[in-house]
Amino acid sequence: MKNRRLLLEHIDVPGIQGIEVYQKQGGYDTLTKALKNFSPDGIVEEVKKSGLRGRGGAGFPTGLKWSFLAKPEGVPRYLVCNADESEPGTFKDRYLMEKIPHILIEGMILSSYALGANTSYIYIRGEFMYILDILEKAIAEAHAKGFLGKNIQGSGFDHEIIVTPGGGAYICGEETALLESLEGKRGNPRIKPPFPAVKGLWGCPTVVNNVESIAAVVPIVREGGDAYANIGIGKSTGTKLISACGNLARPGVYEIELGVSVEEFMYGDDYCRGIANGKKLKACVPGGSSVPILPHFLVTKTANGEDRLMSYESLADGGFASGSMLGSGGFIVFDEDQCIVRNTWNFTRFYAHESCGQCSPCREGTGWMEKILYRLEHGQGNLRDIDLLEEMNKKIEGNTICPLGDAAAWPVAAAIRHFREEFEWHVNHAADAQKRNYGLIQQPVVA
Amino acid sequence: MSQHTQPVFDPSEVISFNDAMMEKITAVIKKFPEGKEKSALIRMLHIAQAEFGWVSVPAMNKIAEILSIQPVEVYEVASFYTMFHLQPVGKHVFEVCRTGPCALVGSDELISYIQDKLNIQVGETTEDGLFTLKTAECLGGCGYGPLLQCRNQYHEHLTPEKVDALIEQYKSGQIQ
Repeated sequence: MKNRRLLLEHIDVPGIQGIEVYQKQGGYDTLTKALKNFSPDGIVEEVKKSGLRGRGGAGFPTGLKWSFLAKPEGVPRYLVCNADESEPGTFKDRYLMEKIPHILIEGMILSSYALGANTSYIYIRGEFMYILDILEKAIAEAHAKGFLGKNIQGSGFDHEIIVTPGGGAYICGEETALLESLEGKRGNPRIKPPFPAVKGLWGCPTVVNNVESIAAVVPIVREGGDAYANIGIGKSTGTKLISACGNLARPGVYEIELGVSVEEFMYGDDYCRGIANGKKLKACVPGGSSVPILPHFLVTKTANGEDRLMSYESLADGGFASGSMLGSGGFIVFDEDQCIVRNTWNFTRFYAHESCGQCSPCREGTGWMEKILYRLEHGQGNLRDIDLLEEMNKKIEGNTICPLGDAAAWPVAAAIRHFREEFEWHVNHAADAQKRNYGLIQQPVVA
Repeated sequence: MSQHTQPVFDPSEVISFNDAMMEKITAVIKKFPEGKEKSALIRMLHIAQAEFGWVSVPAMNKIAEILSIQPVEVYEVASFYTMFHLQPVGKHVFEVCRTGPCALVGSDELISYIQDKLNIQVGETTEDGLFTLKTAECLGGCGYGPLLQCRNQYHEHLTPEKVDALIEQYKSGQIQ
């Protein structure tokens, strides 16, 4: 399949970071035309038709999210771009913003026009301070060319974009925690409802969208929503940036047409070119650390033996029993030498560290799970620990204000579901487990 | 949630911000609507840390004064976000990513190597005050690991040889 690129099409053009080169490649033409030919609602309509789903991880239809925005008279509305990319395994937004910042700026202006927002904010994780500088430079360039400020291109639409940094907190990727942080507070998620579309930033109606979702509005408006919806497969429309990492021969950020097979993505010459150092595949986490891990025999094929595709539906095929999720597109690959217990402990340590501390099940539960997994990994565990982890999982999942609790519980549940014998081996062969890894687990034989 | 830091408290000290800092701070505050100036808080903490290397209580008190908010509103924010050093650190702080994808490509080994090389443990500062070693959770460079961040710079695809060279470059002032 020849791969179509909509976001990264001009990524290799020298100087594409700057506005001159970006415009030579047709940049800002879409905005200029849209301001003349489209009403704000017309753009919302195109985004709805495109079938675009939120690219941050949840996959909620962007057009639908936009249509929920309350529009009371005399109250400002805001667009907030979520650039707090911090889901382990995900580094696509960083790549996009660093290499081609103007596509985000153009998308921000288009989206803000559609939503009737005169000010929008880009909340970027504090570690990406050097990208904040890149974005502020791009904004200044767009200003100088009359794409920002008062009466943009004679349309009567005014717009300003403000970039503001976080300070190192995974939780601020959750949209209400992000809004709290943007207001200069601790990143504690808010109870919903009210949703940000009704009461968001400073109590005003707000849409929070991921970097990639906002950038995708540019090709959607340029090509038309229907044309965008024709790319991809089923309800997984368009293209998606995938951050491929772990033990791959060629890790990196790839723009794929949704629907390409996992086999081709992982082994194909145009993509990751297989497992590094000629090793075997052991497991894969296809959508960022929060989604269920898949053992090697469920990565390229579903449980029914069908080809697994890079799409929202196919990666989820089989539910949590034998499937996973596309999530943020953080595609993490494990070779045969990796230890699943160690990795599960590592991920849980991450969630324990990043829990905001607001809800007891998450605050206490992630810490307890981390301690138990540490024990198992370091040869001090017992078999009851494995059941205990499963029990705790059920008590965290669904019992917290925000999805961080679920995100912490799912990877542990999935690791035990598929790799229970490796956990048991860690208990029964504690001394051995310190010296070597368990290797591949066998595919269960169905009678 | 930052779990390992307690503010160093010396209530008697009063700090002043220089003109360059105040210029940056004024520009940041202006970005937000009237009455919403507190939104500038996190960026102000970054500005203070860039200047002093860490965020002291007197620096936080100064920020509170500028924003006309209670000092505790600054403390609670500074202690929530892991990027802010609430205790003095070395001139260069190495923050090595230790999360899953980096661990798959050798971050644990890298951390051990740096500990041996600098003869300090994670969380400590070298005797000459040049280097502090910290670990960080996912820095968003998963395809380019193992990696570390020092101030605004990412150093990626690290090997022992590259770490040796990096340390020399920081020592000689080749990298600021």
